[in-house]
Amino acid sequence: MSATQTEAQPAGRPPLWRRLVGFNLLTAVLLGIGGYYLGWFAGHHIHAASLGFFADTDQNDVSLFLGYVLGVVGFLVGLGFANYPLSRLLGKPASLREKETEGVGRYFGLCTDHKVVGMQYFVGIGIFFFFAGLNAMLIRFELLRPEPNVWPAGNYLTLVGLHGTMMRGMMTSGILGPFANYLVPLMIGARRMAFPRIESLTFWLLMAAGVILTTTIFFGGFPTGWTGYQPLNDQAQAGMDSYIVFFALVGLSMMLLGLNMLATVITLRAPGLTWTRLPMFVWGVISTAVLMLLAAPVLIGVLSMAALDRTAQTSYFVASAGGSSYLFQNLFWVFGHPEVYILALPGFGIVLELLPVFARKPLWGYRLAVAGFLGVSLLSWTVWQHHIFVSGINSDLRPFYMLSTELISIPTGFTFLCAMGTLWRGRIRFTVPMLFCLGWVFNFLFGGLSGIFLSDVPSDVTSHGSFFSMAHFHYTIMGGLIFTFFAAIYYWLPKMTGLMLNELLGKVHFWMMFVAFNSTFAPLFALGFMGMPRRVVTYPSNLQALNVWVSASAFVLGLSMLVFLVNLVYSMLFARVPAPANPWGSKSLEFQLPSPVPVHNFDRIPVITGDPYGYGEDTTVIGAPALVPAGE
Amino acid sequence: MVISESALPPPPVYERADMGARALKLSGIAAAVALVGVAIGLYITEFLMSGPPATSPPVRVSAQTKSVRLTIQTVAAVGPSLSAHPDWVSYLVRHQGKWVRSTIWTVPAHALVHVTVYQFDGKSGLRNPFMSRVRGTIGSTMTVDGKTLGVINPDDASHTFAIPQLHLIVPLKGVADEAKNQCGYAPCSLSNAHLTIRFTFRTPGKGRYRWQCFVPCAAGWIYGFGGPMQTLGYMDGFLNVV
Amino acid sequence: MTRLGDFGRIAVIWLVTSTVGMVLVATVLAPHLPPGGASTEASGQRFDNEVLTLVSVPIVAMIVVYFGYVLIAFREREPSVLADGPPIRGHMRTQTIWIVVTTLTVLFLAAFGTYELLGGSGGGQGPNPAFVPAAQTTAAGVKREPLQVQVIGQQWQFTFRYPSFGGFETAQLVLPVDRQIELHVTSLDVIHSFWAYKLGVKADANPGVDNIAYVTPKHLGSFDLRCAELCGLFHGYMFDTGRVVSGADFAKWVAGQRAFMQPVLKYLPPFEHSYLPEPTIRGG
Repeated sequence: MSATQTEAQPAGRPPLWRRLVGFNLLTAVLLGIGGYYLGWFAGHHIHAASLGFFADTDQNDVSLFLGYVLGVVGFLVGLGFANYPLSRLLGKPASLREKETEGVGRYFGLCTDHKVVGMQYFVGIGIFFFFAGLNAMLIRFELLRPEPNVWPAGNYLTLVGLHGTMMRGMMTSGILGPFANYLVPLMIGARRMAFPRIESLTFWLLMAAGVILTTTIFFGGFPTGWTGYQPLNDQAQAGMDSYIVFFALVGLSMMLLGLNMLATVITLRAPGLTWTRLPMFVWGVISTAVLMLLAAPVLIGVLSMAALDRTAQTSYFVASAGGSSYLFQNLFWVFGHPEVYILALPGFGIVLELLPVFARKPLWGYRLAVAGFLGVSLLSWTVWQHHIFVSGINSDLRPFYMLSTELISIPTGFTFLCAMGTLWRGRIRFTVPMLFCLGWVFNFLFGGLSGIFLSDVPSDVTSHGSFFSMAHFHYTIMGGLIFTFFAAIYYWLPKMTGLMLNELLGKVHFWMMFVAFNSTFAPLFALGFMGMPRRVVTYPSNLQALNVWVSASAFVLGLSMLVFLVNLVYSMLFARVPAPANPWGSKSLEFQLPSPVPVHNFDRIPVITGDPYGYGEDTTVIGAPALVPAGE
Repeated sequence: MVISESALPPPPVYERADMGARALKLSGIAAAVALVGVAIGLYITEFLMSGPPATSPPVRVSAQTKSVRLTIQTVAAVGPSLSAHPDWVSYLVRHQGKWVRSTIWTVPAHALVHVTVYQFDGKSGLRNPFMSRVRGTIGSTMTVDGKTLGVINPDDASHTFAIPQLHLIVPLKGVADEAKNQCGYAPCSLSNAHLTIRFTFRTPGKGRYRWQCFVPCAAGWIYGFGGPMQTLGYMDGFLNVV
Repeated sequence: MTRLGDFGRIAVIWLVTSTVGMVLVATVLAPHLPPGGASTEASGQRFDNEVLTLVSVPIVAMIVVYFGYVLIAFREREPSVLADGPPIRGHMRTQTIWIVVTTLTVLFLAAFGTYELLGGSGGGQGPNPAFVPAAQTTAAGVKREPLQVQVIGQQWQFTFRYPSFGGFETAQLVLPVDRQIELHVTSLDVIHSFWAYKLGVKADANPGVDNIAYVTPKHLGSFDLRCAELCGLFHGYMFDTGRVVSGADFAKWVAGQRAFMQPVLKYLPPFEHSYLPEPTIRGG
């Protein structure tokens, strides 16, 4: 992805080279590299006694951290993020010029149009999603045989870590990034997000983070998996630094994204859009955004401590020097458990948003569904120690964490009940997005139930740290988040691009993915029950048959992703079937706008007179009379 | 509510849908696929498959049994000629008359392996003194400069040669701190101060067995176990029993 | 059948499938559920797994049967016309029943899990275990202290110390059958996790922490033990085989090990519940 991909310019515009000069991705990459080397150089010349790098180790973490941080600063300056604050500091008038940029160039820089940011997220996250998925394929390739034979042991751990960390980090914004940024203003009748520059910043921070994590392969990788437990983290090679910087940047991006979403929904709703008329997708976004805003700072904090341990020789996590390995585990999971629901909740929102459209019925139990989302959001703060049930901490608190964890299944159950009620006596249409939503129902059912095993302390002693827990969270995250992610793509991409996706290829994609997904992860429950631990490069030979089955299914699962890619390229570049404004007959506000959506969204801010689920009702739907004159 | 076709806005018109554009798109996709393919290829070959090379010491077959002679040395600093990390501590193995940095050794099954270790590194001490007892070798002993020993003082240990799956542990005594003519960068010659340690063990059935050092000898890392201790090709390796 | 209506039919199919499913689970699947019955703790965990699987069956059956039925019965039969279904926006009684039933199920599961936890259930509980199993008594009715065994994790091997036998250390785990064991799990470097799958024991080894887990082996034979927490390069190789032997064999083995390890005994540090080796701090 670089600025040189811009297409031939229409007549009347400045020549290509002229347009490449300025605050754009090209400048940003150059300044980013420059910043990195500046930090790297500075790091090699710090001679403070406590910071000096230990010559024998060939490993200068100070210079790496400085390099990464200055690299990110340079990257952001190059994109133009410093322009606005600087001009305000100098007393110059505020400018909203970023919004006016047109043409392909605006996708390669700071753009305050939320629709551009949504598309940027879609492509940017997609790239890293496929890279992380490739790593999963390579992991399964190794596990075809019980003895290590393909990737050396250390590189295998890096593969595992890269897959997990990148998926967790990038796909946290997998739905909020592309879809919430694009759709929330449209759904609430606004022209923009509350903080448009911050919105763009969240995207570019994430891209910088992704590149930084990828550079770990030049520094030996990292051995800790996505959890980064201490003190292995302190002990690890230089590649660990990219994990720390990556996750901290992701945390920053998440925090700002959550803040922006909350502020937007609270302040920019159109007249008449009361809280009980909000689309369920927006409720999903809000309940996620609260978690993002409050959980991510904990992550940034704990990673800062890890960074200090690795550079300034503090010892937060080194027991022999007065630290504690539990400190990292606790802080990490205080973030980590809400993070799990950050991944799941937008999916809940999408399912309940789409089911009414394709069952042609109002959402059943709106208030219950909202209560479910908020309940999950709230309860997710109280459960983190179930990740460390056998760690030896607070054994007397185990009944509490068991109870609080199992309580979460009550609000989660609300989502199921509302989905069931919505389908009842509906006129169900099996479109591709609908299929993915139904896939969610099936997958999340098993994901949720297996979670009960892991929350029950005696059962957890068997399953903790085994393939069972790995299968569990793949059922909830891949089966929950990724399935709804694709539902969202098939449902909203026609609105976002103005082009329909091919339905036949979409169905092939769904069925291939659904079957291969279950065929991959269901046997992992059995493998875990048979005693196979996570993250191992070798395993007992009696488990080989199942592992080969799983690997073969995983490859088919990977192929199904390629089917999607083919569909995307074919539909967007070759077929180019124009999408009608409302291809699904939805009553939601965003589908009342033309496709593609005009730059300023609404000529007049609409007055909302009902929720978007009035199927089969005579009441006037939302967005009908555009009475209020447009005003910022 | 029924939405009829006429209620929809007219489809937008797109330009440049002619055959030339199609060829352009196809070649663009081909280029992108090729680029991604090359990137994946480089990722897999240059990063993922990078590891120490394997060596196989020559096998001698006598009437009763197969045997292998394995000659290795441990060095405090591997030197710029053998590694990009010249200051890392490492094992080296003699392969066709030369010292090479390879820690994956192929040996036959159910054979005797006669190991000779030239110990050039100094003392650093065991973390778990339990490891100072020789076990798993023939007779549960080793010879140090010709003297048969079953145990050493754990503070004198410089490294261990251990294959935990075979319950084989041999503590390797370090060169005295005051010894003259200590080896700087590897490969070290036998004129440098060193100890010669010999022991013999029997290989099990076919399989892949890891071996490692248990002395926290990677100075500079927390618990002395980073860098060369966690990178294949220095203080860790595999015994391929075929 | 027509008298039943949609809801009645779903209920009947659900009743039948979940009954059949529960019978199948109880008879066919349950004996194969992990971790088996090699120890008191393992049996307890298997019982939990059985109960949870049994409870899951009607839930899975309900969702699958409901969705299966609804998707077939209420599918759009004329896709060319965009027609809406009846505008039902909720049903108070259904919602109330659902909330009550799920809450009761969850509370039952939590109470059940807590009750099962009372014996310790084989998990690591830290230096001050809250859930201690009932002490064993000898034939004469005298309380028998559990046998202490220390598990020491280090990169990348577990070693074991037997403080009641002079504190000797060994690389093999051998346990006497029918004897309550008090495992003290600790680490010399990073976090490991001691997992004896068959015995139903899992306890993290944290540096500087004494993590106590209880287990009473019930059958003679060997068992696999391995590390269940990512601990670096050779994590995948941190496994070994332990043995459960009779009391007499155990005494014999202890005598042999003590003799073999005698020369190194004077070098071992005095027995403690955790050891804090010097970290070589980077930049040191």
